[in-house]
Amino acid sequence: MARSPTASDARAGSQIGRSLPRLEGRDKVTGRAEYTHTMRVPGMLHAKIFRSTVAHGRIKSIDTTAARNHPGVRHVVTIDDIKRFIPNPYYGPAFHDQPILADRKVRFVGEPVAVVLARDPHVAEQAAQLIEAEYEELPPVFDEVEAVTADTFVHEQLKPAATFPDLKHLQGVSGTNVALDYRLRRGDFARAYAEAEHKFEHEFKTQKVLHLSLEPFATIADYRHDGVTIHSASQGPSFVRIEIARLLGWPENKVRVKVPYVGGGYGSKLYIKLEALAVALSMVARAPVKVAVTMEEMFYQITKHPSTFRIKSGVDRDGRIVARKCEVYWNGGAYADIGPRVAQKAGLTASGPYDIDNVDIDSYAIYTNVTPSGALRGFGVPQLAWALESHMDMMARALRLDPVEFRRHNLLREGDIHATGTPIEDAPLDTVLDTVLDRLAWTQPLDRGSGTIRRGRGFGIAIKAVVTPTTSVAILNVSADGSVTLYCGTVDMGQGSDTAMAQIVGEALNVPAESVRVVPRDTDVTPYDMGTLGSRSLFHMGHAIQRAAAEVRDKIASLRQEVGEPAGSNAPLSALFQKRYGMQAGNIIGSGAFRPDYVPPSADTGQSDKATPFWLISAAGAEIEVDTETGHIKIAKLVNVVDAGTPVNPKIVATQISGGALMQLGFTLFEKIHIDGGQITNASLADYKIPGLHDLPGTVENVCVEHAQSNGPFGAKGVGETSMFCVSPAIANALDDAVGVRLTELPLAPEAVLRALRAKAGRPIGDD
Amino acid sequence: MSAPRTISFTLNGSPVTADVGPHQNLVELLQTQFGLTGARESCGQGLCGCCTVIVDDLPVSGCLYLAAFVDGADITTIEGLGSDDELSPVQEAFIEAGAFQCGYCTPGFILMVTKLLDEHPDPDEETIKHYLSGNLCRCAAYAEVLDAVRLAARKRKVQTRAMPN
Repeated sequence: MARSPTASDARAGSQIGRSLPRLEGRDKVTGRAEYTHTMRVPGMLHAKIFRSTVAHGRIKSIDTTAARNHPGVRHVVTIDDIKRFIPNPYYGPAFHDQPILADRKVRFVGEPVAVVLARDPHVAEQAAQLIEAEYEELPPVFDEVEAVTADTFVHEQLKPAATFPDLKHLQGVSGTNVALDYRLRRGDFARAYAEAEHKFEHEFKTQKVLHLSLEPFATIADYRHDGVTIHSASQGPSFVRIEIARLLGWPENKVRVKVPYVGGGYGSKLYIKLEALAVALSMVARAPVKVAVTMEEMFYQITKHPSTFRIKSGVDRDGRIVARKCEVYWNGGAYADIGPRVAQKAGLTASGPYDIDNVDIDSYAIYTNVTPSGALRGFGVPQLAWALESHMDMMARALRLDPVEFRRHNLLREGDIHATGTPIEDAPLDTVLDTVLDRLAWTQPLDRGSGTIRRGRGFGIAIKAVVTPTTSVAILNVSADGSVTLYCGTVDMGQGSDTAMAQIVGEALNVPAESVRVVPRDTDVTPYDMGTLGSRSLFHMGHAIQRAAAEVRDKIASLRQEVGEPAGSNAPLSALFQKRYGMQAGNIIGSGAFRPDYVPPSADTGQSDKATPFWLISAAGAEIEVDTETGHIKIAKLVNVVDAGTPVNPKIVATQISGGALMQLGFTLFEKIHIDGGQITNASLADYKIPGLHDLPGTVENVCVEHAQSNGPFGAKGVGETSMFCVSPAIANALDDAVGVRLTELPLAPEAVLRALRAKAGRPIGDD
Repeated sequence: MSAPRTISFTLNGSPVTADVGPHQNLVELLQTQFGLTGARESCGQGLCGCCTVIVDDLPVSGCLYLAAFVDGADITTIEGLGSDDELSPVQEAFIEAGAFQCGYCTPGFILMVTKLLDEHPDPDEETIKHYLSGNLCRCAAYAEVLDAVRLAARKRKVQTRAMPN
């Protein structure tokens, strides 16, 4: 039998930097890893959702008679049934604006209106088609800029949650579609812009795209009078627990949320999604209920924010940017979800990684009548970087400046004060820029192609502030044989967090990482964690683990003393427990909590000297081939350079960098949710293409610059989102370099490229 | 719903019977009656490969394949690869190459790569891409999948050489 690992099995410094294969690898390659979408519990009913067919309207009637009479149907549920159990059935992380099922009004096509419950999912599906609803249609608003001045309102009154104190002033506001307006003011933009030698003004747009995790949303809820158990594909079990407890008026400890492995999240499975509905249905049915959606229904849950970004920059005669104004409109869809947080947190760095004395930023979270928007791997920064780094190249070109030197001349450097008022620390922008240029062989001439195939190259660089302030708690349990168990709420949705956290435990307690048991997320045992989002987990949970480990080490030292071991003794842990309890018995438990220092930005100026505990930095470079006959862009080489601090697991970090960049490649080149009059016309994988093996660039290089994050756990920091930021502008800049056309709206699809090429050649393509 | 009928087939080497409705697909049959969840529905259109099952030596999309059609067939699922003690060379290669993240699509990739290497022990890149064009990975571990295929090909050669005739 294998001997239990002990403190002497690993040496200090040996666990960080190991490319240990994922701890759960065997379960994943044998098909045994558990996911909520394929999970069953005894006696459960299946739910099928009946959805709105209009974008904005009052519900005149819902006829459920035929569905109720369908053989095998157990319940047909509308909001009125739910209100008998949950009188105020509205939820959401930033605003309590989303009803569990449509309540008097529908606000987007696809909004859940009623649910059929049956033992057989096919019966539920058939019966759902028998429901009929009548609506009195209201004028809808779809565009984020039009919504600001529109006289139609998605919500009659704004209902901010108490979660974020800085939203309280919006309580009860009516007559607006603006859910949040974030402001930053530094210096005097108006004066500096007026006096600037060169003035530039551009507008950029991004499209609506889908996270499209291959595991669709799924939740099972089992409500009993003394508690509710929820199994969910969730990135934030603690948030689900607190929000469900609030809806039910229960203490947290009566709500148990269990999360097995999650088949991809990318921000979509954050906060609260199907959980409130599943719990309500289980209350109505007094049986466990599973709500598991199809791929098509994913298009009606949550998407990335489309955006409109208007930038003005003033540049002096030396090529210094002296003034910048950023107006960003985030199309949040019908319910706020975390959109106000995206508007605010992305707003922090909307002026980019540049040292500019006079900055105005206005970032607006907007309600519209489409599927809600939320976080998608970057919290808005990919949309910003696309605009900012395109804008930088456009200015450099107009000023006949070298795009590299123009950036170097303006880049933020260590010790500079960022536009927020927070110092730039541990943000090696120069190194990241130099590395991407080196990997692109920027100083060497590029083969420009010939005939109908033209080649070009481009790059971009970006900065992001991590979502702050957030809290993580970890518990470590050392058993009497010396084996170590970690309890933490970080959700492993593919980013490898279980493995990375085990490596941090291993490093802190000198045990091999693979000997550490990481307990699957279960709020009955795993302590609070704000959520697995925004590249925050490794830093925050890593710190919590270090603190828990420090407590464990102190307790081991006390135990040594207690059992009379001489100072400097290295008797194994199992011997200490044996001495103390007379047999293999007992535990040592340490816990640690971490919340970084934070000063909330001033509401008027956005200024704070501690807006973020760390900066995320990345650059991307692309060499592309453009087919001038078809407008098709082929990526010959994609270089992704990030600052990940000290990589805990270099192999997993490289996979994260590569995977994020390839996902952003889809968002850059072809992904787009098409909406016609509020109706999504391509809600399936057949009509919404995502990157496959054939879309892999000729070469992909993924690089971490050498840099230890001075306040990070063992020098580490997060990396899940970083490689998303600069792929789009790098390719747009390469397109301009190759064929001299500039696109300011994503995606850079063949049709858009071809139209631009033909327009440039004086032979525009008509719209019909 | 029409009445179920009883079918018999071979599942991962063992003879089994099941009662299936005419509307049920193969994924549902495997999940509800045999507790095998390695083949999973995702897109529901046969485009993502998450539901891949081998039916009589041919990979099929289990979400589109009617359960009743497997009567008399020989079925292999991801759970039938390797053994409790030993992973198949393709499974080992996927772990060593880090060829997955969330793992939801992984069983489909592994079954398809196994089929690829059965037919092309030493595939070039175009052949690999052709065989795997129906397998999607949203975490986009595609470069690592290519590494895993090449590694698995080497492992299988070593294994074949080591095996007595």
